Amino acid sequence: MRDPGAPRAGIGLRMATAFVFAFLYFPLLVIVLYAFTTQSAAFTFPPPGLTTRWFSVAFADEDMWRAVRLSVLVAATSTGVAIVLGGLLAGAIYRARFFGRNAVAFIVVLPIALPGIVTGIALRSTLSLADATFGFWTIVIGHVTFCIVIVYNNVVARLRRLSPNIVEASADLGASGLQTFRYVLLPNLGTAILAGGILAFALSFDEIIVTTFTAGQQQTLPIYIFSILFRPRAKPVTHVVALLAIAITFVPILVAQLLTRDRGAPSLGR
Amino acid sequence: MTVREPAAGGPSLRASAFLHRHPTVRVLLFLAPGLAWLGVLYLGSLGALVVHSFWSIEEFTGLLVRELTFSTFAQLGERANYEIILRTTAMAAAVSVACGVLAFPIAYYMARYATPRMRTFLYIAVIMPLWSSYLVRALAWRSIMAGEGVFMWVVERLGLDGAVAAILRTPVLGGPSLVQSKFSLFIVYVYLWLPFMILPVHAALERVPLSYLEASSDLGARPGLTFRRIVLPLAKPGLVAGSIFTFSLTLGDFILPQIFGTSEFFLGQMVYVQQGVAGNLPLAAAFTFVAMSVMIVYLGIAKRAGAFEAL
Repeated sequence: MRDPGAPRAGIGLRMATAFVFAFLYFPLLVIVLYAFTTQSAAFTFPPPGLTTRWFSVAFADEDMWRAVRLSVLVAATSTGVAIVLGGLLAGAIYRARFFGRNAVAFIVVLPIALPGIVTGIALRSTLSLADATFGFWTIVIGHVTFCIVIVYNNVVARLRRLSPNIVEASADLGASGLQTFRYVLLPNLGTAILAGGILAFALSFDEIIVTTFTAGQQQTLPIYIFSILFRPRAKPVTHVVALLAIAITFVPILVAQLLTRDRGAPSLGR
Repeated sequence: MTVREPAAGGPSLRASAFLHRHPTVRVLLFLAPGLAWLGVLYLGSLGALVVHSFWSIEEFTGLLVRELTFSTFAQLGERANYEIILRTTAMAAAVSVACGVLAFPIAYYMARYATPRMRTFLYIAVIMPLWSSYLVRALAWRSIMAGEGVFMWVVERLGLDGAVAAILRTPVLGGPSLVQSKFSLFIVYVYLWLPFMILPVHAALERVPLSYLEASSDLGARPGLTFRRIVLPLAKPGLVAGSIFTFSLTLGDFILPQIFGTSEFFLGQMVYVQQGVAGNLPLAAAFTFVAMSVMIVYLGIAKRAGAFEAL
């Protein structure tokens, strides 16, 4: 309903928009600010002084690096599995008219429509019934479950905009299914898969609710951050780690947004 | 682009031809891995969880009794337990309403007034916080709400410290300190889930034809009336779609009440404690069953309101 001939938005509406925008971004500035404060046990505003020493404290922490490595590994593995499963599901759903099509679409969305705690506790009780050892692979199982929908949504959205004729044309010209996939579909779907994958990676990297239930003794980065949250000393260290977590997800997400911008926005996740 | 494989007769081609003639086989092949994961592993787990809620824990030994009983559900009727459910549902509803109120102006501005460049900028600006860790953003609020933090700094300069102290004394929003109060918990939830509301509301508003507003105005309706009778009903599917997320996420969260809450439990916390420290999986499952049922009823209502078309 964009209105090119409309008068400018009223002052009230513009102020409300600016206010909400500030509300969204101010806390992120606060994280940056307190990563540099000189106080170790309080968050006085304005900070009495600025220092960079918390960065060296945080970066010297072997536990933090172990958590970062685990989170990256979990996110990469989960994304890989989710791309295969979500991509195949999207391919099956988008044009086919079969019984239970809506049911399948519903099941795919369920892990993000239901509260994360439901997914977490359900998987945990099943995995412990199966005598699984809680660790890397159980974390991956939890993450794949809610990452599938992210890839699925992105790929389905792109498939809907593709002409179905290109697949027919490829087959008519004698290409096998694999060739059609490799030379016709993949170039068209590539950025959608990439964007979906990046979003799934970011989602997995930051997840804590399901992870709490499916992790064993290992700490992913969010679990590590949560564990140092209640330490009485060296509070700014949590802000340094938080900055690192933001940095690891912000850049790829921006890339994903730009990749899909002109062809419709990627569907939103959980 | 060169196609290296032989043009006819290879096994790959024969398989392709077979799959082309048998679309059902093709669809099943594509569906199988994903459905095995989500349909068997995930739905199976949900089912097993529901079954657990009909079992119970032997009171003295703490062992799981695998016999059908409604005694675990009966425990939900105990005052402390149903208060947890009511408290959590009320918080989820309040957060959803507040998100709707805050999301509307920015979504309306984006849909109607923003230039395409500005809209892309705002759209990405709304999405970015969504994909950064919610724990990290909660952490920021802990510093903001700290006794000597930014919030109180602003409040003192506005001379409103009396009002904040009064809020903290009330039973519904209060708590022992600003960080540990339901007021803070509420604000942080609103902050965290707001983008989930802005996006579907914006999507719904964008589909409102400008001619409707012009027609309404031509027929003599003042802006307020046009808003109530035209814009708001058409935005409703978006508002409901957004509230699915704000409601569900609040309902199942057990991290934030540990950082911001008071000693009064929320549903997610209760599930977490019961399945963990307390070792009472049936009771945890019963609470989860409540959350699941509330969401499924909610999804049913949302579907009627056309929210799924707005997602």
